[in-house]
Amino acid sequence: MLRIYCPICEEARDEPEYHYAGQAHIVRPSDPDQCSDQEWGEYLYFRSNLRGLHREMWYHAAGCRKFFNVLRDTQSHEVKASYRLGATPPDQEEVRL
Amino acid sequence: MSQKYRVGAGRLVDSSQPMTFWFNGRRFTGWQGDTLASALLANGVTLVGRSFKYARPRGIVAAGVEEPNAILQVGVGATTVPNVRATEQPLYEGLVARTTHGWPSVKWDVMSLLGRLAGALMPPGFYYKTFMRPQWLWHSYEKLIRKAAGLGYSPSEPDPDCYDKLNQHCDLLIIGAGPAGLAAALAAYQGGARIILLDENPTPGGWLRCSDDRIDGEPAERWVAKALETLVSAGNVQVLLRTTATGLHDGRFVSAIERQPPSVASAALQTRIKERMHRIRAGQILIATGAHERPLVFANNDVPGCMLAGAVSTYLKGYGVRPGRDLVVGTCTDAAYAAALDWLALGEGSVTVVDARSTVDAKLVSAVKSAGGRCILNAAVIEAKGRTKVSAAVIATLDLVTGIIDSEVETVATDVIATSGGFSPVVHLSAHTGQKPVWRKDIAGFVPCPDHPDVYVAGAAGGDFSLSGALAQGEGEAQRALARSVYRIDLGPDQKGRNVCEEQWPFAIEPLFHVPHVKPTAKAPPQFVDFQLDVTAAAIELATREGFQSVEHVKRYTALGFGTDQGKLSNVNGVAIAAKALNQSIEETGTTMFRPNYTPASFGVMAGRDVGGLFEPKRYTAMQPWHELNGAKFEDVGQWRRPWYFPKDDETLDQAVKRECLAVRQGVGILDASTLGKIDIQGRDARRFLNRIYTNAWLKLPVGKCRYGIMCGEDGMVMDDGVTACLGDQHFLMTTTTGGAAAVLEWLELWHQTEWPDLEVYFNSVTDHWATATLSGPDSLALLKGLTDIDLSPERFQFMEWRQGLVADIPARVFRISFTGELSYEINVNANYGLALWQRLMHAGADFNLTPYGTETMHVLRAEKGFIIVGQDTDGSVTPEDLGMHWALAPRKAFSYLGKRGMAREDCQRLGRKQLVGLTASEETVVLPEGSQIVFSKSTALPANMVGHVTSSYFSPILDRSIALALVAGGHARLGEEVLVSVGKDQWQPAKIVPSVFYDPEGARQHG
Repeated sequence: MLRIYCPICEEARDEPEYHYAGQAHIVRPSDPDQCSDQEWGEYLYFRSNLRGLHREMWYHAAGCRKFFNVLRDTQSHEVKASYRLGATPPDQEEVRL
Repeated sequence: MSQKYRVGAGRLVDSSQPMTFWFNGRRFTGWQGDTLASALLANGVTLVGRSFKYARPRGIVAAGVEEPNAILQVGVGATTVPNVRATEQPLYEGLVARTTHGWPSVKWDVMSLLGRLAGALMPPGFYYKTFMRPQWLWHSYEKLIRKAAGLGYSPSEPDPDCYDKLNQHCDLLIIGAGPAGLAAALAAYQGGARIILLDENPTPGGWLRCSDDRIDGEPAERWVAKALETLVSAGNVQVLLRTTATGLHDGRFVSAIERQPPSVASAALQTRIKERMHRIRAGQILIATGAHERPLVFANNDVPGCMLAGAVSTYLKGYGVRPGRDLVVGTCTDAAYAAALDWLALGEGSVTVVDARSTVDAKLVSAVKSAGGRCILNAAVIEAKGRTKVSAAVIATLDLVTGIIDSEVETVATDVIATSGGFSPVVHLSAHTGQKPVWRKDIAGFVPCPDHPDVYVAGAAGGDFSLSGALAQGEGEAQRALARSVYRIDLGPDQKGRNVCEEQWPFAIEPLFHVPHVKPTAKAPPQFVDFQLDVTAAAIELATREGFQSVEHVKRYTALGFGTDQGKLSNVNGVAIAAKALNQSIEETGTTMFRPNYTPASFGVMAGRDVGGLFEPKRYTAMQPWHELNGAKFEDVGQWRRPWYFPKDDETLDQAVKRECLAVRQGVGILDASTLGKIDIQGRDARRFLNRIYTNAWLKLPVGKCRYGIMCGEDGMVMDDGVTACLGDQHFLMTTTTGGAAAVLEWLELWHQTEWPDLEVYFNSVTDHWATATLSGPDSLALLKGLTDIDLSPERFQFMEWRQGLVADIPARVFRISFTGELSYEINVNANYGLALWQRLMHAGADFNLTPYGTETMHVLRAEKGFIIVGQDTDGSVTPEDLGMHWALAPRKAFSYLGKRGMAREDCQRLGRKQLVGLTASEETVVLPEGSQIVFSKSTALPANMVGHVTSSYFSPILDRSIALALVAGGHARLGEEVLVSVGKDQWQPAKIVPSVFYDPEGARQHG
């Protein structure tokens, strides 16, 4: 079970309070109707599947109901950092909570 | 029966409190403080089971959690527990235990015939090789195998016991209250950190409980007692005894299971909590779990009477039990000498120490000799004699360097053979999150991976088996663990520890795992590595010869370490044998993965209180008391309990639904629609937001009007639908499907927070704030007219409008929307008035034969109208166009709404997509089973080309025939064509594709 720090509630809480919301920093194309099928398909379906540090979104469903970003190691499951939407992502190096 | 093997008082038992217990139907006596194992040994019971595969007689090997053989069934009836390690089960008055292996009895076992031939008939992979062909017979084989193997049994009655869960938080979790753990806690608590110290035993001290070591000039026992007193009286330390840490999970989350003391466990049912799961979130974790002694692998080393040397010491000193008359000790370490000297101290019986090493501390040898024992160096026990009890040990000279064994052997009569092949640090927890243990040649054992963030290791668990090391490391690692916290402690510069330790047995070892026999391994009597699953040295060697090179593959092929003991005794020996067979080092071979749980955990403790009515929350509407009083049958819709139908007298479901359906179509019915999801949406940009979320147009919806909307994912697939009302220019009330409310709210938040934070809009779930009673049917207007101040005239209050007013003197919002196709009014009131509203409507409705109806009738009525249910008629691969709902799309909207680009994809526009249509079976009484597959013709070659399936299917009372909705490939262009619907094996029902609206296609009735 992960312990995730919610940057809005400013507390580390248990994973069941949250919903995973997929890879972070994916921006909806500003004019979808002008996208080729290829571009739209990449926006819609293609996600990185990396081993190591992954930026992902979580939703504090049983808390503040806010989405925020998490920097998580997909290998060790360690949550390295949490940051608000729109905030600058922290560096790859370990950020202790 | 007398305890004829009880030879003294023992430090852990109280002879003034005798206890009666039952084993395999026989009555025995033990003492307070005994484990079931020590009490059995005290009574001379040496045979406690039959082995899993070969049904060989097995006895008690260990004195703790690592016991592989004495796995018993404890208790009777509903509270019986399988898989109990007798070495961990405290004795209590009236305890009933029995063996689980052996059929028809443990002493006479038919399977043992196989066992005598051990290995010759059942090589590794035996089950795969023998029972897998023909494959369809495997299920029959499995039953037989399980019966023969005897794995214990679970009670079939409900468990009357109570289990509990406790959520815990601490700054430092110390696992193990031996010398290292206690020293750590004593140092750490002074800094003020919240500490949890846990230990699997009923008393702290670990191996100090049965040792003669001294700390600060006092017996170690005294030091332990004082430490416990200090810690318990400190306000910031929680000491959990009889508690096993079973798993170390991600995020420093540790699960630990606490067992109640036997006095509680045997108390009256219902009042006791049998086990408690501590769910511990730890800031830092210190592993001080100690080490398990390893047995040596030699021929017939599984005969009852073969034990661990340390276990012999523990039974002697801790329980006053000498498990036999004579003792032969086989060893390659100094530690085993303790067993010999403890035995010799009792005076009777012969003791022979067989040490494989050539040079041994002279003091040890002379101590044994002066006490009357015999010491043979450069030698090993190569075979045990005896069948159900050891009768002799066969000893031969061994060259530890070359591994060559002398063919000349000596046989020494004995009834106990105690061996020690060194110690395996208990690395399990440290490896649960994937960190690989590291081999240390100097101690011949795996130690926890040093690179494990926030996990620290002290004492024997880390490979230092000395007392001084344990104490110093306990303190030092506690200091390190807390160094970054506000609770840091400063122990000063002396890192060697502050206690003066007098140790009896310094650690020394020359590695030996598998003692060679004079015959080749495959020809010698079986040499067991894993007692619980009957894995022999020969089997491991065979596995490597058959091509299994990875230790994980060897494990799976031979089942090494697969038992409930998780290979606590067998892992290192097995790895060492595999390494030797593969001609590589143990470092290169590595060890297998350790996974939670460290010891078997009961389902009861995992479930805790979340059983029965507490398994999942149930949600009821405000009208629930009326429904119950009036005999409603209920169905679960998500967490909601909704009235399914309201049978009169002894009506069946079909009869009741028919009556309810006709009442709505011809008179008036009432539905409790409170469960529909409701989201209150407010803000300057609420309209713009809805316009982006929904597929249709929302910018110009006037106050007082409602609109149906479809919500799609970005892939263009329907995900929810519902009616949204415009309450004010910047205020809307959205309804969602009953099951989709939470997901839709999250969806709205997602888009607002991530993509459109510039829009000023707020969402609030108000599902539970409102109670909804829907009046539906041609008489609904006449009924409601007498109860409300709202002008109901059809031209003033039109279809898809809402009004505020009083209904039955209760403030209400009334929506003129319809899910039945009839004239309908959805009356929403504050949930606190829900029951009153319903009662008043029922009272006033008596004159109109107002008929309550449930979800089943609702489904039939909506299907007659072709109204979809998202999730039933759609499945995440269906676009609005597939549903024939082009009218609900507004492609000209300036903003490219969610789903628009998705449904424009080539695949969503292709011909032949599955589309929603109606189906009428050619036999009017046949209700096509929902989910039935559809084909266009029977002549298609097999496998048939499935072209769709039935999504909704009912008997329609008003049409007096069956109807169905279905998704059919290219269905919209196939109206009037006939298809075949599979209704059973080789049974096909012809059906005609028709429009999806069966009743009142013009919609005249709902427009009123």
